Amino acid sequence: MIRFLLKGILRDKSRSVLPVLVVSLGVMLTVFLSGWVTGVFGDVIDMNARFNTGHVKVMTRAYAHERDQKPNDLALLGTTELIRQLEKDYPDMQWVERIYFGGLLDVPDEKGETRAQGPASGQAVDLLSPGSREAERMNITHSVVSGKMPQRQGQALISHEFAERFDVKPGDPVTVFASTMYGSMAFKNFTVSGTLRFGNAMLDRGAVIVDIRDARQALNMEDAAGEVLGFFEQGKYLPGKALEVKNSFNRKYSRQEDEFSPMMLTLGDQEGLDEMLAYSESVVGIVIFVFVLAMSLVLWNTGLLGGLRRYGEFGVRLALGEEKPHIYKTLIYEAFIIGLIGSVLGSAIGVGLSFYLQEHAVDFGSMTENMGMMMPSEFRAVVTPQLFYIGFIPGLFAMVLGNALSGIGIYRRQTARLFKELEV
Amino acid sequence: MENSFIIQIDHLTKRFPVGKGYFTALKDISLSFGRGEFAGLVGPSGSGKTTMLNIMGSLDSPSQGTARVMGQSVSELSHKDSARLRNRHIGFIFQTFNLLPVYTVFDNVEFALLLQKIPSARRKKMVMDALEWVGLTDKAHSRPNMLSGGESQRVAIARAIVKKPEILLADEPTANLDAENSHHILRTMQKLNEQLKTTFLFATHDEKVMQYLKRKISLRDGRVEKDEVAETINL
Repeated sequence: MIRFLLKGILRDKSRSVLPVLVVSLGVMLTVFLSGWVTGVFGDVIDMNARFNTGHVKVMTRAYAHERDQKPNDLALLGTTELIRQLEKDYPDMQWVERIYFGGLLDVPDEKGETRAQGPASGQAVDLLSPGSREAERMNITHSVVSGKMPQRQGQALISHEFAERFDVKPGDPVTVFASTMYGSMAFKNFTVSGTLRFGNAMLDRGAVIVDIRDARQALNMEDAAGEVLGFFEQGKYLPGKALEVKNSFNRKYSRQEDEFSPMMLTLGDQEGLDEMLAYSESVVGIVIFVFVLAMSLVLWNTGLLGGLRRYGEFGVRLALGEEKPHIYKTLIYEAFIIGLIGSVLGSAIGVGLSFYLQEHAVDFGSMTENMGMMMPSEFRAVVTPQLFYIGFIPGLFAMVLGNALSGIGIYRRQTARLFKELEV
Repeated sequence: MENSFIIQIDHLTKRFPVGKGYFTALKDISLSFGRGEFAGLVGPSGSGKTTMLNIMGSLDSPSQGTARVMGQSVSELSHKDSARLRNRHIGFIFQTFNLLPVYTVFDNVEFALLLQKIPSARRKKMVMDALEWVGLTDKAHSRPNMLSGGESQRVAIARAIVKKPEILLADEPTANLDAENSHHILRTMQKLNEQLKTTFLFATHDEKVMQYLKRKISLRDGRVEKDEVAETINL
């Protein structure tokens, strides 16, 4: 009987082509949107983790309270010991220190007088320790546009945009003016080793990247850091695990009454990323629900029209001794087969499209340049194992549901009436 | 079976709801048909021929009275049982052939056997035997749209006889055929009736068909007007 149904589906184009097209289109959109949403949200979260939040972050309670301002006067002290302890307590994580500072970047002329000046948004990370993965984590190496990575202390990377505006080239001297941890004025001379562009307006605006040792020296922050970030070895944020680490750390080290005691936050606790994570998961569910609903309505309608057209066939089949439930069952089988074909086609196209946009990102730089949120300027889809099966949910469900609803007409009609419609 | 009749109709009345009232299509009809009959319900349009055929084919049931087919009361059969009765014992031939257009001749004839879950090899033999009966073995893989009207009706006959039913109901089988094809079809049916002892019941107002009938039941306004055995038949 299955062979018989297959022949019918393949030969009767009006029975199969439109539903296959509808299912393929719906499944393709479901798969592609899932890949796209997962990719975009994943990129946003990943970028935030790498540059700002870590998978978990340790700060003093006071710093955490005002963390938007990056107040170095409330920084963690004794970070060498803190990191040693963290590595002991959570050996499957990587711990890194970061110092953020704001100030002025001064460009001198050949006489040493100020030629140009602009606001600087400084990040101090461990660039020079052997085995440090910070440059790789923050994609600094690949973001260098001209010049090279700092090779020794006293060298800095500056924003390519800034360098172009003030005609600064690798090898030129610059001075950073900031304030020390204790509030006094600080300045330090650097040689520009290179210019860089992250592709994110928020990061690129006046960016200065220096080695953390230089920042400590300039800002009077020996054995101190604004933040200690923790990353899971797999490189992927694990919300459950992060919560576990946070709770155990805070139980052990954080004291409510001491505003300088360390406290840990997870990625989800910062920048509203918890909501974003939940939203990204629910968006995929919403997409599937919308497509199941929309496609079911279309396929219900298609099934009704097809059913009307096939009343003659049903009449003959009843006359030949087929039972109504059997006819209904074969309609569902047909729907399943068509749904399967449409789902395979739609999934293949959807995954293909997602793969293409995984390899070739779409540049939304002009739209994101003024955003206060840390977002990549290029969005890309991601091909996950989920994409290979997620389309089958709306594809099969909508097709079977649509046909199950339209097929009820067979039951509602009397046998003799169905049979009589043969002659119409 | 309780007696030698294959179909027994007793005081059958059939009414259809029309608006707030009823239209009586068949009024107090009593008839019986024995095995191997070649009989016809004749009469003008609206005389109740097709309604009668539908009830005998267990596609419809009487409003009053009884219709027993193969010993089973049609009005007491469940949907499942009446489907089984049609599948095992009754074949239908329609005025407009009603072949399934997307399937080949072979597939159309095979369909009734698929419902009976007959093994593939046996099914194939039965289909080819049926096609041989109607002289269409060379058209087994053709689609209905490649056949003439006469050939299409012969496929419909093959589809009806492939399961070797005891009863074959034909509703205006020659209405869409020219004279030559009509006679060809009727001779094929006559041959099947004689050799397989299949009971043929026609609903017709075609004179050509009437020439072949061994028994003619004339219906008028839902009543049996005449039930006569033909004195001479076309052989």
